[in-house]
Amino acid sequence: MTATEILFWFLSALALFSALMVVISKNPVHSVLWLIVVFFSISGHYILLNAQFIAIVNLIVYAGAIMVLFLFVIMLMNLNANTEPQRNSLVRLAGVVAGGLLLTVMISALRSANEITNSKATMSEGDIGLIQNLGKILFTQYVVPFELSSVLFLSAMVGAVVIGKKE
Amino acid sequence: MPIQNYIILAAALFCIGVSGVLIRRNAIIVFMCIELMLNSVNLMLVAFSKMHYALSNAQGKGISESIGSDAQLFVFFIMVVAAAEVSVGLAIIVMMYRNVHSTDINFLNRLKN
Repeated sequence: MTATEILFWFLSALALFSALMVVISKNPVHSVLWLIVVFFSISGHYILLNAQFIAIVNLIVYAGAIMVLFLFVIMLMNLNANTEPQRNSLVRLAGVVAGGLLLTVMISALRSANEITNSKATMSEGDIGLIQNLGKILFTQYVVPFELSSVLFLSAMVGAVVIGKKE
Repeated sequence: MPIQNYIILAAALFCIGVSGVLIRRNAIIVFMCIELMLNSVNLMLVAFSKMHYALSNAQGKGISESIGSDAQLFVFFIMVVAAAEVSVGLAIIVMMYRNVHSTDINFLNRLKN
C-alpha cells in the first residue's frame, strides 16, 4: 500500500464521515464546521489528482467565502440546537431509504459500465491541472463563458442586494 | 487509483446530500446539502478528466498537454455558478426569516392555499 493509497482512503473516510455529520448534527453551526471539513478533504483529493488550481480555488471559494457567508447568516439568526425543527421519524426513515436506494442504483449502474472497466485516474502525473494550462485555455477557448460569468456575478450581487433590502 | 473508487465515493457523497435534503427541515441545512451534492459532482468531473488524460495518452493519439482540461474548467464554472447561487439563496432565506421568524421550510407552504 503506497502513501497515495493511504491518503486516498484516509481522505475518503474523512469526507464520508463528515458528510454524515453534516446531516446528523443538531446544531447548525456544527453542520457548517463539518461541511468545512468535507471541503478540505475534497481539496485533498484534488491535490492527489494533481489538480492544484481547482484545489486552491475550492479552498478559497468554498471553505473561505461561502462557508463564512453561511456562518454569518446562522449567527445573525441566532440558530442553535434548541430552535432546530425536526421531522418525524417516519419521514426521516423514508429519506434515508430513498438516499440508500439511489446510491444502490447509481453504483450498480456505473460499476460495470464498459468505458470505465480497467481504467484508472492518474494520480500524480500530467500537468493539465496546473494554472498555466488552465489559464491558457480559459482565456482562449472559454473566454466568452468567462465574461458571461462576470455578468452572472453582477446580476447575482444586484439580486442579493434587492432581495435583502428592507422595504 | 481505479476510477470505480472515485465513482463510489462521489455517489456516496451525492446520496448523503440527497438524504440530507429529504430529512432536514432547516432551510440553511438543506442549502448546505445542495452544496455537498455540487461538490461530489465536481470531484467526479476532476477524476474523469484525469481518466480521460490517461486513456488518450495510453492510446498514443493526440498527446497534447491540454487534453482533459475542459472538465477542470467546467468545475471552475460550476464553482462560479455555486457562489452566485449561494449569495442569492442566502438573501432569500434571510428575507424568509424576517417574515416568519423561522427557517423551517414547512412555513413555505403558504402558496398551497
